[in-house]
Amino acid sequence: MTTQTATAGLQEQGGTDFKKVAVWIASVGIWFLPLLWIDPTTYAVLTVAGLAMGMLIFLTASGLTLIFGLMDVLNLAHGAFFVWGAYVGFSLLGALQKVGWVEGAGAAQSISSVLLCLLAALVVGGLMGIVLEKMLVRLTYGSHLKQILITMGASLILVEILKVVWSPNDEVVIVPAAFQGSWDIMDVIITKFRVVAIVVGLAVLGGIQLVMMRTKLGIIVRAGVENKEVVETLGYNIRRVFTGVFCAGAALAAVGGTMWSIFKEQIHPAMGEENLIFALIVVIIGGMGSVTGSFLGAIMVGLAFNYVAYTMPPLALGANIMIMAVILLIRPTGLMGKE
Amino acid sequence: MAEPILSLTKVHTYIEQHHILQGVDLSFMPGRATVLLGRNGAGKSTTLRTVMGLTPASSGDIVLKGRAVQAMKPYEVAKQGVGFVPEDQAVLYTLSVEENFRLAMLNENETTWARMETIFQLFPDMKKFWRSKAGVLSGGQKQMLAIARAFVNDHDLLLIDEPSKGLAPIVVDHLIESINHIKNHTTVILVEQNFYMASHIGVDYFILDDGRTVHQGLMADLVHDEGLKQKYLGIA
Repeated sequence: MTTQTATAGLQEQGGTDFKKVAVWIASVGIWFLPLLWIDPTTYAVLTVAGLAMGMLIFLTASGLTLIFGLMDVLNLAHGAFFVWGAYVGFSLLGALQKVGWVEGAGAAQSISSVLLCLLAALVVGGLMGIVLEKMLVRLTYGSHLKQILITMGASLILVEILKVVWSPNDEVVIVPAAFQGSWDIMDVIITKFRVVAIVVGLAVLGGIQLVMMRTKLGIIVRAGVENKEVVETLGYNIRRVFTGVFCAGAALAAVGGTMWSIFKEQIHPAMGEENLIFALIVVIIGGMGSVTGSFLGAIMVGLAFNYVAYTMPPLALGANIMIMAVILLIRPTGLMGKE
Repeated sequence: MAEPILSLTKVHTYIEQHHILQGVDLSFMPGRATVLLGRNGAGKSTTLRTVMGLTPASSGDIVLKGRAVQAMKPYEVAKQGVGFVPEDQAVLYTLSVEENFRLAMLNENETTWARMETIFQLFPDMKKFWRSKAGVLSGGQKQMLAIARAFVNDHDLLLIDEPSKGLAPIVVDHLIESINHIKNHTTVILVEQNFYMASHIGVDYFILDDGRTVHQGLMADLVHDEGLKQKYLGIA
């Protein structure tokens, strides 16, 4: 692309671009506010923690928003994919522990362990997504009530199966050696795995954006979000695209689950539902169907949760719901939702 | 006599409980631009949508190039070589003009990109707004994008639903010119209320009324048949 066409394009879309930039500045800028009452060192620690938490929520929310945006399906089974991902990762870490790749492992082994766990979660989550879409969700297109009931039911069953396969109790997750502990940079304590979480979150965001913006598949999905009928009459089987997106969303949720379990160093069967609440808040804040919106929303929720939990712990979850309410009052379609 | 490229025999279509097409019989000859005429609600658009499989026929036969297509899904019909330009300029607003075209290209190869050159000559605005979002285009440009998009594949058949709707007369003239160019390459079936446009593009015509085929013939004859126009089209 020549510079000329680039500037021409920019000018034509100047209005919308400015609006988007304003949304970014407002939603990022507001998070410097807590500096007024939190000292900078603590603020830095909380910010890293908040960013890491935001990235992890984003992993789950990105799939949820894509599924809603393209398929108009409210998928409440997303938490089940998340918790299954967490348990698959947990089991694999247990197995890798036996061969010495977890505790007392070197950097290369630690990284491989985490990558293997993420891969396993990705595969299991993706397969579960395909099965669920083909068996149940497909029957409920067009009816939100049916979708809520059937995905809720599927979620309950999946979590009960999980309790049978593993156990209904809390389990401790062992963190690979290289990611244990923290760095101390000028009194700012940075837990190592939080950095990993941020890196993985950014990589996933980059990956999704690359696929959505630069590939034919991305064009088809974005077009499908806007008008399914046109996509279909141009020669694409939208049903297959649906299954693919549902599969990808489920896989992302499972990856989110694995990351979350290592992040929290423990797992329990109800963690899926707990995380689904965050993911739903994030999807609504960001605007249903918008991946960038979800990313912004996730960062907001992650940061707000940490700042508020430090200042007034009991208010932490409530603060997020308040943010959601305020944003919906100003922009009923969410930060980046369709108008 | 040559085989029709598309024929519909006793086609019935319901939309919910409404019986829209009540036995439509049509046949379209390759290379001859044909216009479907008729009053509002006569079933013209539904006929095109039924061919595409968007509102599937409940009975009757639809044969496209010797193959039964009435049970096919829309994407399968499209892959049989049918381009469809729906009513109301169904361009994808959030996609750029370029992405609208890339989406339409069933094969993104050199032949297809070579066709883009022809399209740019036919619709210079498409080149001008190549990287802009389709949402910023004017009504006429959107319609041109929708038609050009359907023309990007080497389809044998192009179904165009009311392209003149809501457009200024000067834009309609430009559209007529473009579609007349396109009809040299592919068989065009046009649904049109605007008789001026219909008569400048169509070679053959069919008139539908209450979901049935009631008349057919050469457009050149219909232009002078005041009685027929008065009876079915409400044109004095």
